[in-house]
Amino acid sequence: MNQSRRQFMTRVGKSVAFLVAVVNLPRVVWANWSASAFGATDLDTAIVERYGNLAIADSDAIQLKAPSIAEHGAVVPISIATTLAAKSISVFVEKNPSPLSCSFNIQPKMNTDVSVRIRMGATSNLIVLVEADGKLYRTSQEVKVTIGGCGG
Amino acid sequence: MKVKASARNGSVVVKTLLAHPMETGRRKDGDGKLIPGHYITEVEANHNGERVFHCELGPSVSKDPYLAFSFQGGNSGETFTMSWVDNKGENESTEVEIR
Repeated sequence: MNQSRRQFMTRVGKSVAFLVAVVNLPRVVWANWSASAFGATDLDTAIVERYGNLAIADSDAIQLKAPSIAEHGAVVPISIATTLAAKSISVFVEKNPSPLSCSFNIQPKMNTDVSVRIRMGATSNLIVLVEADGKLYRTSQEVKVTIGGCGG
Repeated sequence: MKVKASARNGSVVVKTLLAHPMETGRRKDGDGKLIPGHYITEVEANHNGERVFHCELGPSVSKDPYLAFSFQGGNSGETFTMSWVDNKGENESTEVEIR
């Protein structure tokens, strides 16, 4: 009885150790993915997990190009450009199960002009935050989605 | 991974298409079981030993992610490296020639 319990516990321990190793692998190699921000399930939490409590102000210095109507939410093309001295640019979809979609960390030689295609589960506000000078600058746009693109 | 890079006005303009399923972890298979999440988490580009692009992705980036960006410096004929890693630790790296 004791012996089998010990074997069982050893196996559990090994499985847990293996899982931890597998889950941590990408971060060991690259060490930069904001797991808690990507895992957040509402907009405010996602922003706080990514940026802490930095002040947010609306800004005209961010150009967001996105369709006003997306026929299929699986592929919504967006482009973002800014004249701000950006340190990072993050894209949030308010009504997605996990609002943070992607985050560009601007490098010294990288221009602040990026494009990406994202998924939107339903009609929602698209929010772009630019981190510059220790503050957050925001622009947003509503995208109407005819067919959602998050599966399920 | 498909990458096109061209030198233009002192910058290198890069357009890339990464072949990847980008499973969200929310989809179900035919038997109603959840398909585990499998998505790219980071993409980067390095030119002359300097990181010139870095992006973190979540599962809500479209299947076969398309990314476009540009970086300063870099001339026609030179090369740079594009790399990605996913949540399972799978990764790919490719050398790109600037046109």
